[in-house]
Amino acid sequence: MLALPAAAGVLHQPFWINACTRIVIFALVAASLDLIVGYGGLVSFGHAAYFAVGGYTVAVLAQHGIDAAPVAWVVAVALSALLAVVVGALSLRTSGIFFIMITLAFAQMVFFALIAIKAWGGNDGLPLGARATLLGLDLRDPTVLYFVCLTLLVAFVACAAQLVESRFGIVLRGIRGSERRVLALGFPTFRYKLVAFVIAGAGAGLAGALWADYARFVSPDMASWSRSGEFLVMVILGGIGTLAGAVYGAALLLGLESVLSGLTEHWMLPLGLILLAIVLFAKRGVYGWIAGRDDG
Amino acid sequence: MSLALEQLLNGLQFGVMIFLLAAGLTLVFGIMGVINLAHGSIYMLGAFVAASVAGTGAPFVVAVLAGAAAAGLAGIAIELVVIRRLYARHHLDQVLATFALILIANDGVSMIWGKTPLNMAVPAALSPAVTLGGFIYPAYRLVLIAAGILIAAALYVLISRTRLGMLIRAGATHRETVAALGVDISRLNTVVFALGAVLAGTAGALLAPILAVQVGMGEQILILTFVAIIVGGLGSIRGAFAGALLVGVVDTLGRAYIPVILKPIAKPEIADSLGGGLSAVAIYVLMAIVLVWKPRGLFPVGPR
Amino acid sequence: MAEPALAVRRLRKSFGALVVTADLDLDVATGECHAVIGPNGAGKTTLLDQLAGELVPDGGRIVFAARDVTRLGPDARARLGMARSFQIPTLIADLTAEDNVALAVQARTATAMRFWRSAYRDSTLRLPARAALARVGLAARGSVAAGDLAHGEQRLLEVALALAREPTLLLLDEPMAGLGHDESRAMIALLSSIKGTLTILLVEHDMEAVAHLADRVTVLVAGRAVASGSYDAVRADPVVRSAYLGGDA
Ligand SMILES: Nc1ncnc2c1ncn2[C@@H]1O[C@H](COP(=O)(O)OP(=O)(O)OP(=O)(O)O)[C@@H](O)[C@H]1O
Ligand SMILES: [Mg+2]
Repeated sequence: MLALPAAAGVLHQPFWINACTRIVIFALVAASLDLIVGYGGLVSFGHAAYFAVGGYTVAVLAQHGIDAAPVAWVVAVALSALLAVVVGALSLRTSGIFFIMITLAFAQMVFFALIAIKAWGGNDGLPLGARATLLGLDLRDPTVLYFVCLTLLVAFVACAAQLVESRFGIVLRGIRGSERRVLALGFPTFRYKLVAFVIAGAGAGLAGALWADYARFVSPDMASWSRSGEFLVMVILGGIGTLAGAVYGAALLLGLESVLSGLTEHWMLPLGLILLAIVLFAKRGVYGWIAGRDDG
Repeated sequence: MSLALEQLLNGLQFGVMIFLLAAGLTLVFGIMGVINLAHGSIYMLGAFVAASVAGTGAPFVVAVLAGAAAAGLAGIAIELVVIRRLYARHHLDQVLATFALILIANDGVSMIWGKTPLNMAVPAALSPAVTLGGFIYPAYRLVLIAAGILIAAALYVLISRTRLGMLIRAGATHRETVAALGVDISRLNTVVFALGAVLAGTAGALLAPILAVQVGMGEQILILTFVAIIVGGLGSIRGAFAGALLVGVVDTLGRAYIPVILKPIAKPEIADSLGGGLSAVAIYVLMAIVLVWKPRGLFPVGPR
Repeated sequence: MAEPALAVRRLRKSFGALVVTADLDLDVATGECHAVIGPNGAGKTTLLDQLAGELVPDGGRIVFAARDVTRLGPDARARLGMARSFQIPTLIADLTAEDNVALAVQARTATAMRFWRSAYRDSTLRLPARAALARVGLAARGSVAAGDLAHGEQRLLEVALALAREPTLLLLDEPMAGLGHDESRAMIALLSSIKGTLTILLVEHDMEAVAHLADRVTVLVAGRAVASGSYDAVRADPVVRSAYLGGDA
């Protein structure tokens, strides 16, 4: 993961650097989603909402002249976490398919709200200004941005890996296995689920902020339901409940998309067939294959 | 007043069409426990087939039947190849597999029919507008309402009066009992799935004359359909009917009236943004409220 | 008699037209082992579910540890000192037996969330967990996923989880069900060894176990307590014989 872009960076091939940056950003979203899907059993079909809120925060702050990344990113994380608190508090009372659908409904609200707000470009989206700095670094330099994103991804995955092994993490896994049992033991499960949901939302918000600085553009599409679906695809492809797998999942989906779209205009068809085959025949995802434990 | 009535009729028309999709979706979930995101793609297929058959000059009824039949066949194929492998799987796998089906269907349709939207003419006999009380209303939309209600009634009779309906009702709650009666459950599943597909295809075909027939039309209505069946209570036909009408009416009235209500109380540009935003999210707000209040919908079906 | 550990007053619960708990009164004295017996469908599990807070009764009161707990959820009641086992083993299938017990230990020792230190290398969780496993005879099975344990072992693990919680009131739902002869013996020995140290409400079909363990027996038929007293007295009761034991024995 590290070696390729480093080599490409030396060769000054922005195409590869940019591709890797995209993978790293989506891997961050996928890892955050895996935290709740893979460990908490909470299948959120609205994770794109936090991604979009993170992105729009950075874009709107830039619109108002605030383009220092650390400030914008912190605000982005805080706002997406706040949205997750509200959505989580309302939707974590439901479970199963009801949870899937209510998280989707909230994401649709964000999506349509972004379309409606004309001051932020409505349907057309909002471009970011020319400047973006992080503590003196120029984030427009693709290589700089890549390494910043990579650092944040590694930090997030490392923290998440620590988290899932902690007391909190065991309770979260317990909830996934049998919430009834965990409740009977005396844990207030709702609070645990909410905290996990907020951490995941914050992670996606951070990724959205990075995306805004990478693409220099945000649009309501960031919150669309097909985005949320794609994030779930990445988690599944990588193998749920394997944080590192999320990175493979993101890389694989983006890789497949760009390879197939280079081959044919109708690239979604083969992509769909491949996804279908993977879901039907490889239950532990690609990471499961790699780790040799395709045991479902 | 007549405007309100007109909007109400629009909402009703939209609602009964959503019901045609909702019925199949909720049955498939109730009986097989499968979330089928590709239901909208079957609807899209019905619309495309109907529009192209009508384009050859075939009569309207033939076009609609062709759309419904194509959807039914596609449904049988999807059930046999994909859905039956998903029964025992986690919802996540079902979401993913049927998400993949959407990609396949959208691209497949655009390979066959291209990217430009198709148009289908309203049948000549139904194109005049009729005067209702104080306003003029398109006859075709009245036909849609009537057709939707007729189909709903037929479905009600099918489910409450026939042997197939008895099996469907029993299958939702007592799988083992049905299996013990010697009924071939997997055949029953295929039949139910095909029935849902035919209804969805019929909705697509009936709506083709008043919508742009294009790739992506399935997802738009799919999400509304999900809202309807969740609000109504998953697995319940009655709930699907109530939910669909609620969604149709709330969505239509929201779009018509929220901006009007906001106009006098907010600055124009704010009223515009806010009104547009609020009316677009009205049904999602409705769903969130219902679920927070009744986490299993308005007409919950037995413990699961 | 001292304040009962658990007092149930006029408890009512129906599923539709089916009355499952009918104006039930029940006192469980501190330290006693109180058995609830009754035919299938009598409403025993439904009673336990209401006591543990998983089902909300339609009416009546539940007083535990001198507090009215009728409106509290299962987690709050567990924190007050109740622990239960489930009739159908309800374990975290993909965690090991030891992790399951460690979770119970964690529930007892700290309710605050801790995000950083590894719970897998925390001896304040691991040592009590292993001790609890050893106590039910599962010391050698700690590293097996709970879902892969044999049925009898899962029942033992259910009890280990409840014990590791160190409750003052233990609610057991048919701990003997489906056990082989030797396993039953082991379970009875285990329960005998803890008897007296805490209050036990034991729902059980196995009359040998009830005879061994129970200080008092309440017979539940169609949601109603038809008799209550010592095992021998209840056995001799003609009402009970006709309603229950007669058909069974
Ligand atoms: N959620 C429910 N909805 C409707 N009826 C229920 C529900 N739960 C239990 N019942 C019914 O209530 C009655 C009592 O059930 P319960 O499980 O309490 O019996 P039990 O005494 O524990 O029986 P067993 O000895 O078989 O465990 C049964 O007739 C059962 O079918
Ligand atoms: Mg029972």
